[in-house]
Amino acid sequence: MKPIESINDFVVKFSNVNGSGSASANELFAKAILRMGVPVSPRNIFPSNIQGLPTWYEVRVSEAGWLGRRGGIDMMVAMNPQTWDADVAELEPGGYLFYDSTRPLPPSKFRSDVHVIGMPLTEICNAVYSDPRQRQLFKNIVYVGALSVLLEIEPEVIEKLFSEQYRGKEKLLASNVQALHLGRDFAREHLKAPIGIRVRRADKVGDGIFVDGNSAAALGCVYGGATVAAWYPITPSSSVAEAFQKYCGKFRVDPATGQNRYAIVQAEDEIASIGMVVGAGWNGARAFTATSGPGVSLMTEFIGLAYFAEIPVTIINVQRGGPSTGMPTRTQQADVLACAYASHGDTKHVLLFPEDPHECFEHAAAALDLADRLQTPVFVMTDLDIGMNQRLCRPFVWEEGRRFDRGKVMTAEELEAGKDFGRYKDVDGDGIPWRTLPGTHPTRGSYFTRGTTRDPYARYSERGPDYIYNVERLLCKFRTAADLVPQPVLRLATEPTRLGVLYFGSTSPAMDEALEVLTDEGVHVDAMRLRAFPFPDSVAQFIAAHDRVFVVEQNRDAQMRSLLVNELEIDPARLVKVLHFDGTPITARFITTAILKHVQAPALAAPRRDPELQP
Amino acid sequence: MTYIAKPPLRHPTLERNKVGYTRRDYEGKISTLCAGCGHDSISAAIIQACWELDIEPHRVAKLSGIGCSSKTPDYFLGASHGFNTVHGRMPSVLTGANLAHRDLLYLGVSGDGDSASIGLGQFAHAMRRGVRMAYIVENNGVYGLTKGQFSATADQGSKSKKGVVNSDSPVDLVGLALQLGATYVARSFSGNKAQLVPLVKGALQHGGAAFIDVISPCVAFNNHPGSTKSYDYVREHNEAVSRIDFITGREEITVDYGPGEVVDVRQHDGTLLRLRSLNTGYDPTDRNQAMAYMQQHQARGEVLTGLLFVDPLATDLHTALNTSDRPLNALGEADLCPGAAALQKLNASLR
Repeated sequence: MKPIESINDFVVKFSNVNGSGSASANELFAKAILRMGVPVSPRNIFPSNIQGLPTWYEVRVSEAGWLGRRGGIDMMVAMNPQTWDADVAELEPGGYLFYDSTRPLPPSKFRSDVHVIGMPLTEICNAVYSDPRQRQLFKNIVYVGALSVLLEIEPEVIEKLFSEQYRGKEKLLASNVQALHLGRDFAREHLKAPIGIRVRRADKVGDGIFVDGNSAAALGCVYGGATVAAWYPITPSSSVAEAFQKYCGKFRVDPATGQNRYAIVQAEDEIASIGMVVGAGWNGARAFTATSGPGVSLMTEFIGLAYFAEIPVTIINVQRGGPSTGMPTRTQQADVLACAYASHGDTKHVLLFPEDPHECFEHAAAALDLADRLQTPVFVMTDLDIGMNQRLCRPFVWEEGRRFDRGKVMTAEELEAGKDFGRYKDVDGDGIPWRTLPGTHPTRGSYFTRGTTRDPYARYSERGPDYIYNVERLLCKFRTAADLVPQPVLRLATEPTRLGVLYFGSTSPAMDEALEVLTDEGVHVDAMRLRAFPFPDSVAQFIAAHDRVFVVEQNRDAQMRSLLVNELEIDPARLVKVLHFDGTPITARFITTAILKHVQAPALAAPRRDPELQP
Repeated sequence: MTYIAKPPLRHPTLERNKVGYTRRDYEGKISTLCAGCGHDSISAAIIQACWELDIEPHRVAKLSGIGCSSKTPDYFLGASHGFNTVHGRMPSVLTGANLAHRDLLYLGVSGDGDSASIGLGQFAHAMRRGVRMAYIVENNGVYGLTKGQFSATADQGSKSKKGVVNSDSPVDLVGLALQLGATYVARSFSGNKAQLVPLVKGALQHGGAAFIDVISPCVAFNNHPGSTKSYDYVREHNEAVSRIDFITGREEITVDYGPGEVVDVRQHDGTLLRLRSLNTGYDPTDRNQAMAYMQQHQARGEVLTGLLFVDPLATDLHTALNTSDRPLNALGEADLCPGAAALQKLNASLR
């Protein structure tokens, strides 16, 4: 079998044991390639476990800049005996299997169509290191060293990364450099290098930044002016709050007094988290919580209260596989309906769908503005794939002098001037009432906030017409939101087509690639990336303009499709499901295959009548 | 909850406090609770306390959960913003509100169903966090709004109006508050306004988490023989640890209590809690003694009332979080947003 040959376009997967210290070594590998100017997109595929279970790190190298998962593995660094068979089976024909050859394996454990590279990693480390922990940890750096020879990654780049990481810790720096060269020396002397897949310095990274979505969302909250964060730890969202803490420590400490211009509370549970956010929002602070699906479930009563009492709330939902505990460390887009209609009664919530860390930053800041403007809960619907994986993306941008949109808050001066204040009165025709903050004025503008219904002046009322006025105004407000939320991004095919595709969130990079592959196959598809719910009119127009529209999403029940059908009253037959929900991020290959299969099956499109059903 | 506003008539000679308000300015809407409900007496005590303390009504934020007691913030301080949240989860909302604006006074009103059952967790965590507030539980041992079910504070062996005997042990919120670190813990009785008003005043001026459990008999469902939360029972079994006067710093006066031990407790804002101990040797600043003393009396079937514990130098959650003196909700872009240049530096560090 001819070995795969490719420069700057391949996928390497590391198979490790959770807790063995491989994560930093694997990240080092990815970052070194990035520093050589070649785009990479790594993905952690990890268990819900601290130690012992299998974990993987998949790195896609793509000079063309494709950042979605491609599908298929060109090189497997197989460091976990438990998953050996599955790991070996996953390799593309002609791929490379790199393994620890300290202990011999029977021929039956290998495939004849892959290129095997054995290196006695354990033996090498045992010979050099006496400390068991060092033996384990440096094994990872030794294989990175060997890979740098096999794939022609510049060692100077890795050494520079070490020097940045271990600044001021000379001993650690020296020992890591030593381990790196231990691997390099062995590979040069004993292995056939380079192999068919290689890295060559390029200039394709530009001014891109390499960051995870959770950090980016946290930074968006800092820039967007959030001052109160209340949260409860839950995978995969915990690092949002932790990053917020880090950035606040850097940017939000008053230099004169040393006091914090923020408050972060790790609450006792998700219910208290959202309760604190509701209280802070009611009192005029910008507040957010970060959670995942199970957390949203616990928060739903408060979300309903915030919707009905009209209180700004920002919720960053880093989605994972559900329902229930589901797959806590795997990705999905499966909370779409749960969040769109969270709580009981007639509720509808604003959802934003960032595609990458750049948009996590943008949307988090935008959510704080939207929540204040609309006086309602706003969800930022990220997922584990964007949230916990570093992604190459556009740099963050902040327009100097940008103002926060605090929405309709009536001041003491306006009240003093005799401005009519009816807390739930639609004075501007957009469904959004004015509010006052506690403590504003000694005699005017106070009102009672409650979950029970009321008249436009916030007075308790059980009158049907008052209730209808309230809930219809809330609907009007929701329609107003459609123009305020981030608008969809349209990407037309190079030739006129009757086929369209809708997608959103972390599906984006895989879709970008899939569209190009489809074009190469002669299948032209117009694409629209949804960035928010409620859907602006352009979404209905896009669907109307195409005979068939594929809706690509990462859940079992086609939740976005249901939302489109329900909200836009679309004929379901026109929306074709493309669903990926095994917990791994969707691949370009999956999308392409699904669409091609449909397009190439004329029987599916032809009208058919079952003779048995004739009258 | 009512939509009937009180008529705006004011007697022209009504006495005004130092900030120019009459007692009527501290009232709310007409109560829709049952005639004789203890909760209305507590509302009256809150009105009296705020008027006497010269608190501007709009500087108070009043928050509650769900239930009879939680309806009451509509019946006092009509010029204050109020928030009737969800069942048992008032403490978290109050915590968030407090974090947003530290300069207001926070009054949390709750019930025994609200705080001892569904909201027990939030009650506990608000106490241990030291959220600065006056947290008043209007405790009648029964669910009034749903017509007479036992609450978690109903005493074991007490009877419901329908004759059912409660077999569960009661949750003692005072004991919990003491254990969890509340820095002002009191128990009172809605039928004892002389005791309750200074306790509320002390709680409103306290620097940390202040908790008052007020036995407040439910005239409709829990004021019958067999109930341990009835007017008669509490009057017969009340054992007060002290009589309390609350004295603001600026108008400190000396009161001659006559014989009996007098303990002055000065709080860090200069206010003075003057306690005449009815039980020789009772030290209101000793948390352990308060716990032991309360449990001894509980074992005897007595309801211990008064200021049971106070840490006069208590601090609050803002102190713990080192939060800005300026309220967080008043900070603007210049205070909060690091700006474009900082972002460019950050971008550079991510390459």
